[in-house]
Amino acid sequence: MDWSALQVSLRLGAGTILILLPFGIWLGRVLATRRFRGRFLVEALVTVPLVLPPTVLGFYLLVTFGARSPLGQAFQTLLGHALPFSFEGLLVASAIANVPFVVQPIQRGFEAIPGHIRDAAACCGLTPWQRFLRIELPLAWPSVLTAAILAFAHTLGEFGVVLMVGGNLPGETRTLSIAIYDRMQAFDDRSAGIMAATLLVITVLTLFATTHLSRRVGGRRA
Amino acid sequence: MREGRLAVSLRQAGPIPLDVEFGCGAGDVLAIFGPSGSGKTTILRSIAGLYRPAHARVSCGADVWTDTDAGIDVPPHRRAVGFVFQDYALFPHLTALGNVMVALGHRPRAERASRAEALLARVHLREHTARRPHQLSGGERQRVALARALAREPAVLLLDEPFAAVDRPVRRRLQDEIDDLRRDLAIPLVLVTHDFEDVVRLATHVLVLDQGRSVACGPLTALMSRPDLEFLRDAVGLGSVFDATVVEVDAGRGLVHLAFDGGRLVVPRGDLSIGTSVRVRVPARDVILASTPPHGVSVQNVLTGTVSAIHPGPARDEAVVQVAVGSLLLLAEVTRDAVDRLGLAPGRPVHALVKSMSIDVRVVGGATPRAAQ
Repeated sequence: MDWSALQVSLRLGAGTILILLPFGIWLGRVLATRRFRGRFLVEALVTVPLVLPPTVLGFYLLVTFGARSPLGQAFQTLLGHALPFSFEGLLVASAIANVPFVVQPIQRGFEAIPGHIRDAAACCGLTPWQRFLRIELPLAWPSVLTAAILAFAHTLGEFGVVLMVGGNLPGETRTLSIAIYDRMQAFDDRSAGIMAATLLVITVLTLFATTHLSRRVGGRRA
Repeated sequence: MREGRLAVSLRQAGPIPLDVEFGCGAGDVLAIFGPSGSGKTTILRSIAGLYRPAHARVSCGADVWTDTDAGIDVPPHRRAVGFVFQDYALFPHLTALGNVMVALGHRPRAERASRAEALLARVHLREHTARRPHQLSGGERQRVALARALAREPAVLLLDEPFAAVDRPVRRRLQDEIDDLRRDLAIPLVLVTHDFEDVVRLATHVLVLDQGRSVACGPLTALMSRPDLEFLRDAVGLGSVFDATVVEVDAGRGLVHLAFDGGRLVVPRGDLSIGTSVRVRVPARDVILASTPPHGVSVQNVLTGTVSAIHPGPARDEAVVQVAVGSLLLLAEVTRDAVDRLGLAPGRPVHALVKSMSIDVRVVGGATPRAAQ
């Protein structure tokens, strides 16, 4: 059992959620409530990571963040090391790969709030910010939770992008999924089996927690 | 609560055509009446600042809320508007009390809960205040919506089809309560409805709307005395509406005498007591005209007046005759032939016979016979 790989996986999952949730809530709400030119273009861009082969995504991320690109150099001065083949690089890649898993459920959640409810909140004297915090966010909360779980579970299982951008550095970029592949290549079926089972248990527990939580949250508004 | 007259002027060609200009004084109830899709709700939304027509001016007292010419557009949360939505639009994740407390942001935090309790009690909701909207009945939801609209201490109260979703007995009670509120609050109250009963029961003024255009606008009594409003004739039938007071009770025969400026009417309403204010509607189809005082007829109500106008009726051989009885303008639908035979013409004296049974009497104001409803 590669404990450091498990740790990298969990850190990556939590970090991805932390980065993506505020962004996802902002963009999901904008897409749900505003009608602007180019909205469909944004929606299409959000979906790209969902349909693009992970290796293609990984390739372009490498090119974008490589040491020779301006963006890569900016990160180099910021972090003191290059983005590719580091945990930070993995985090950026994972965040981008998970955009559709976070934005789409949240967008649906905000779309499900009837227009009358928003209007009523405004007529109760709530400022836009108060409306968001006290009415919209609590009502969209189950979908935000779903988005977080989806992103977390997807990050644990991500393979292609991680391998392309992060490589296989123990304790830095070797996630559990990579470790399983690594062990299988080395004919170490037993370790691979243990890690696969661990991943399975974590996934099942997460999904169980989601259904339970969303039922409790959902029960408040049913 | 702040006092001030609401003045509204809205104009645009599309996408929702609008062409209306109206006012509503403090303590008045303006009913916007018209078929569905005629732009009624859009007018309310424009007043609240939730919709912005191409050309609009909305002001309440000295406050200008919208003025497209001057570039003024106060956002909805800064307009002192109480809005009761058609489906109530209660916040599903909050209790009845919580829903009302949301609109009490202008009050110190410590007194919001007790204030919300008091508002709910005012609309007669004392139980179930800890329940969420889906656990409340339709009538209870409406009370919460009403309390929430009042919580803001509005300068204008807007009600969108307030009785559409409740059954008849609840409807009557809610109508009474809104009538009570009107007198207590002394603010303009604008009500949207497609049900004429709401208009007769609650309104002091009416705006008749058709495809966003104002067809007629004015005090209810004056409007209902006009013989020429085709829309009203088609939708509800012509008939004068006026206010009267119970002055005599004939308990033995189950009759009461109503006095109005111009005469008296006898109606079979044993449940009313002396001093009760009522609103009376006399359908034009049930008024018979006579050129000489009639004798030996079963009709008790004979009003003497003069013909003030004659208007062509809905069919070719019909006519609508407007008769001035004191300050009351009574409408009668008769045949053209009858107009000729009686020699009716403006200025001629005439006797109007009204069957007691056909007179529609509703109690307004004063709480006297509420239990009887």
